[in-house]
Amino acid sequence: MGDYIILAISCIFVNNILLMQYLGNCPFLGVSKKMDTALGMGMAVIFVLVMAGAFTWITDNYLLKPFGFEYLRTLAFILVIASLVQFVEMFLRKSIPGLYAGLGIFLPLITTNCAVMGVCLINIKEEYSFLDTLFASFSYAVGFAFALILFAGIRERILLARVPKPLQDTSIGLITAGILSLAFFAFKGMV
Amino acid sequence: MAKSVVQEFTKGLWAEIPPFRLVLGLCPILAVTKSVENGFGMGMATTFVLVCSNVLISLLRNVIPKKVRIACFIVVIATFVTVVELLMQAFLYPLFLKLGIFIPLIVVNCIVLGRAEAFAAKNGTVASLADGLGMGIGYTLALSLLAAFREILGSGTFTLPLVSTVIPVFPSSYQPFTFMIEAPGAFVGLGLMLCMMNMLGKK
Repeated sequence: MGDYIILAISCIFVNNILLMQYLGNCPFLGVSKKMDTALGMGMAVIFVLVMAGAFTWITDNYLLKPFGFEYLRTLAFILVIASLVQFVEMFLRKSIPGLYAGLGIFLPLITTNCAVMGVCLINIKEEYSFLDTLFASFSYAVGFAFALILFAGIRERILLARVPKPLQDTSIGLITAGILSLAFFAFKGMV
Repeated sequence: MAKSVVQEFTKGLWAEIPPFRLVLGLCPILAVTKSVENGFGMGMATTFVLVCSNVLISLLRNVIPKKVRIACFIVVIATFVTVVELLMQAFLYPLFLKLGIFIPLIVVNCIVLGRAEAFAAKNGTVASLADGLGMGIGYTLALSLLAAFREILGSGTFTLPLVSTVIPVFPSSYQPFTFMIEAPGAFVGLGLMLCMMNMLGKK
């Protein structure tokens, strides 16, 4: 159990996927202008990432490794992720319309979210077991949602401030992200 | 015709230079710009994928059904990324190790998919080739520039791409500004560069 707590802290704070590993920055800047969209995106990422982590682990261990196809990993993973996202979208629309209304528009964006692909590759690189993979994917996704929501909160405040013209929009967003990332730096050395 | 091809090429270098004008492909630009060597290598790898996928997609644009086009684009892009991965493992192994998971992540780089969707799917092969080459070179320039900025301030050196010669920029008494090569420096550095681009010229 202790190991899992350490894994969770390391994935959420110390190696935060957005601010420390620089993965998933396009949606980070794209959907963080409003709190609602940030929440929706965060939830969608948690949902997809856990499933993607599980499916890519199975693909890698039962399909690619036994036949020596490791060099096709990139191609196989992106196909698994893309079809998974498509399937989740169709499934939600049919069976859980309430959830679909909340997450629907974010799902197609997730295919090209490098955080998803990145976490799947990290899981394989770290040689996690299946349970570890599930847990690590979940923790990374929580870290993603956490940073995204924090950032959206700050950005809503920035809208009220008078920012110099050349610095507006993405530019000030990036500098804010830098300061936020500096705060996450304090977690370094915790685990 | 000849003029428009030149235009397609040059727009990637200034008017629409990624990631400053088109804010796409941020993850690699933040992650691999610790040294000029890494930034330049990543830029070249992305350029290769961008050019090849643009050409192939523009050739296939009339064959690919509209509804499944994104999936088809991703398969084409993933194929070329695998090619790059294998080539780099064979010929540029040290660089391959340094760039790590960011090589397979070119698949999900929004610039490549963005150009396939916005340009190659609608235009001819020659124009797509020019567009891919221009965008790729622009991206490489941007990556190298940010990398130079971060490396010179952060470690006081300048690594020549491909030959890995480290040139000290400051005398040895220089205290490196380590902030710049860590994660926060990446965000702040890119933010400041975007600001400078906005000051220099308008869209």
